[in-house]
Amino acid sequence: MMLSRIAESLFWIGRYIERADGTARILDVHLQLLLEDPWIEEDTACRSLLSVMGVAVDPTVPVTRGDVLSILAVDRNQPAAIAYSLQSARENARRAREVVSTELWEVLNTTRARMPRRIPGDKVHEFFGWVRERSALAVGIVETGTSRDEAWSFFTLGRSIERADMTARLLATRSLTEASGPSWTTILRSVGAYEAYLRTYRGVPSARNAAEFLLLDRLFPRSILFSVSRAEQCLRELEPGTARVGVPDSAQRLLGQIRSELEYRPISDIIDDLPARMDDVQSATSAASEAVRQRYFPTNAAPVWVGENT
Amino acid sequence: MGDLFDGYSATSTQSASRRRGAPAFDEMFDPESAVRMPYRDIHDALARMTQDELRGRTEALASSYLAQGVTFDFAGEERPFPLDAVPRVIDQSDWVDVEAGVKQRVTALEAFLADVYGAQDAVRDGVIPARLISSSSHFHREAAGVVAANGVRIQVSGIDLIRDEQGGWRVLEDNVRVPSGVSYVISNRRVMAQTLPELFVSMRVRPVGDYPQKLLHALRAAAPEGVDDPTIVVLTPGVYNSAYFEHTLLARLMGVELVEGRDLFCSGGRVFMRTTAGPTRVDVIYRRVDDEFLDPLQFRADSMLGSPGLMLAARLGNVTIANAVGNGVADDKLVYTYLPDLIRYYLGEEPKLQNVQTWRLEEPGALEEVLDRLDELVVKPVDGSGGKGLVVGPDASREQLDQLATRLRADPRGWIAQPVVQLSTIPTLVDDGMRPRHADLRPFAVNDGSDVWVLPGGLTRVALPEGQLVVNSSQGGGSKDTWVVGPDSAWANGGFGGGAGAERSVQGLVAEQASITQAIPIITPELAAQHGAAPLPAHLAEHPHDHNPEDSPRRDQQQQQQQADEGSRS
Repeated sequence: MMLSRIAESLFWIGRYIERADGTARILDVHLQLLLEDPWIEEDTACRSLLSVMGVAVDPTVPVTRGDVLSILAVDRNQPAAIAYSLQSARENARRAREVVSTELWEVLNTTRARMPRRIPGDKVHEFFGWVRERSALAVGIVETGTSRDEAWSFFTLGRSIERADMTARLLATRSLTEASGPSWTTILRSVGAYEAYLRTYRGVPSARNAAEFLLLDRLFPRSILFSVSRAEQCLRELEPGTARVGVPDSAQRLLGQIRSELEYRPISDIIDDLPARMDDVQSATSAASEAVRQRYFPTNAAPVWVGENT
Repeated sequence: MGDLFDGYSATSTQSASRRRGAPAFDEMFDPESAVRMPYRDIHDALARMTQDELRGRTEALASSYLAQGVTFDFAGEERPFPLDAVPRVIDQSDWVDVEAGVKQRVTALEAFLADVYGAQDAVRDGVIPARLISSSSHFHREAAGVVAANGVRIQVSGIDLIRDEQGGWRVLEDNVRVPSGVSYVISNRRVMAQTLPELFVSMRVRPVGDYPQKLLHALRAAAPEGVDDPTIVVLTPGVYNSAYFEHTLLARLMGVELVEGRDLFCSGGRVFMRTTAGPTRVDVIYRRVDDEFLDPLQFRADSMLGSPGLMLAARLGNVTIANAVGNGVADDKLVYTYLPDLIRYYLGEEPKLQNVQTWRLEEPGALEEVLDRLDELVVKPVDGSGGKGLVVGPDASREQLDQLATRLRADPRGWIAQPVVQLSTIPTLVDDGMRPRHADLRPFAVNDGSDVWVLPGGLTRVALPEGQLVVNSSQGGGSKDTWVVGPDSAWANGGFGGGAGAERSVQGLVAEQASITQAIPIITPELAAQHGAAPLPAHLAEHPHDHNPEDSPRRDQQQQQQQADEGSRS
């Protein structure tokens, strides 16, 4: 039993930490690519990257690498930025301060305080590394020091949903600019999956295997299937189902549906239309997140006692 | 004297001479510049340090606070709560008197509130005028008859004390509504023990970490009749409140929920909170929201910080609101002037702590005298707290004083006047070096219905600008860790880990002071007695770490093997 408001904060701390980490990984790969490959059309590449990350930009103004860095990394007022995520994670922790452990609070608090306002060109890669380390530190503290109660379930639920979403976005960038998009090797490396992938498939990377690994591997924790299953598991822990028929919880239903779809559809079908399939995954995670909100964090309309009858 | 205290005594006399009257009492040095007894050890420890060293430590204190989020908002920027590295030291023998005085005061205030919202005997017996009570802005008729099952209205109080020119303790004001600051007492001690451990070594400082447990106990004791295991919550106005850090700290250390008004709702005369498992009954609310915002049905209708129906639930005895609603009448500054009489009336005792001399402007001749001497007095509004609206006559401009005079004539009930008291000074590290700065003390008292417990020490606030007499964190004030020190026997009965006569290591000391909850001994006294002098029970044998069997021993063998091979080859 915990306050709905606190549960919501924990869910979002999980989501924001994972989002900061995921965004840093995606940006690291793509900004590097822009530098290395002289044939890439900077404006187009940046534009597609922004659209994958859910940011709409003015179509008449050319977009540069610097813009991407500002919008997706350091701008505190951009909801898609890493800085925004880290700040929000900290604000949520502050609202749930009596439930969040002091260690976690101090990590989130100092992370926000040390967040740079601009990044010099030679420090870009270093910055993304720092974001990954801070996220790993925060998650590690939760993993080692939080009782496996509702607090942990909500945190992990938030993380898993966000992770599925982030991996879906990363996979969608593969088909961004067709030939000049990041190679599968780069994508695998960016999520720290390359070595695990090589061990699993014991061979040269093939597009089919790589996609399969990130989409459907049941053991690799960053695959979409793993993340969705983990989220489902958290939901079951929050409310152990006793229903004889079907699944009454709509968040569980939504996640179960997308999981089955990925699991049972031939992999070649998925790869053929990767952007659309990844869109489906993102819609499903976002709908599931909304269902969780409806179910566990009902917004209490703030009571207003004056001015109602005007 | 090391270079740390260079120029200290010179400035101390200088600043005092700026105002007429006796110089302030310096708590570390007597008028002959000799170190006073309670400060002797701390002075020696500090004198071994250079100014730069101490400044370095002060920065460490600040950065630790920044990381922990112990901050206050300064023009939209977060600043660490200012903590001075030099602690204030109060001798146990001196503290005993303060403690007794605070207890007496709280007991009398409880009796007064019970009377005000009950039989009103004091009015009938002519001790205090009825007009005074009914005209107090914090007197709420709605609170009549609403009281916790154990009769306590002041679960937590903060009685502000100062030391006058002779070093005597006096009460400056009473705070029995929602006194704040105790979190700083707890966190100041913790960060001091971590950053300046050597200061603690030679002194027996009474720990402050068991405050949350005392508070929890008092809140449980105040639960409605028939509730054995009450659900307690801390009610906060929210993250934007300046004391939010304190609310979270108390909720965390008591292990209870921290709720906002929107987390609560009332139904059928009972209070519930919204949880992931549905509505949960709430029995005791330690509220950090002012009376006026608590219940829109009774007080301000536009309040979003409370919950409609709270007062009804409290009146029905289904929930306890702590501190009780309407307590503000007891810390009205005009009621303060009657406190010595009220102590005699209710307790039949002489007051142990003196008030500061105060003019009641409604009494014949008082207003005229005060107006005449406005430039040498301190004038305060009766219902303010924390130095709000206060005017220090000698520091005010002619224009300010004229404005003040008009307001006093218009509303003599709304103001009191006091002579300028030179608050005692304590060495404080400022930009110029170590300098005397004025300080006050807010000891915290917790009433569980059977005993009033006074936290040893309290919050010492220092005014950082030179000569400044208003000490408040909202007005550029700093703070000091406050140490009550004294002989072991007075308080230490072996309950804090080390047994009597055990060697006190720095590490143990830091652990003792830095832990914000009371240490839980691993070996209970019973167990220790049972096993006599044996340090550990027999079954607690040493276990070497387990290792992967593939590791070190095998390497030895491999090395041997290799050497053997080499040997055979040669």
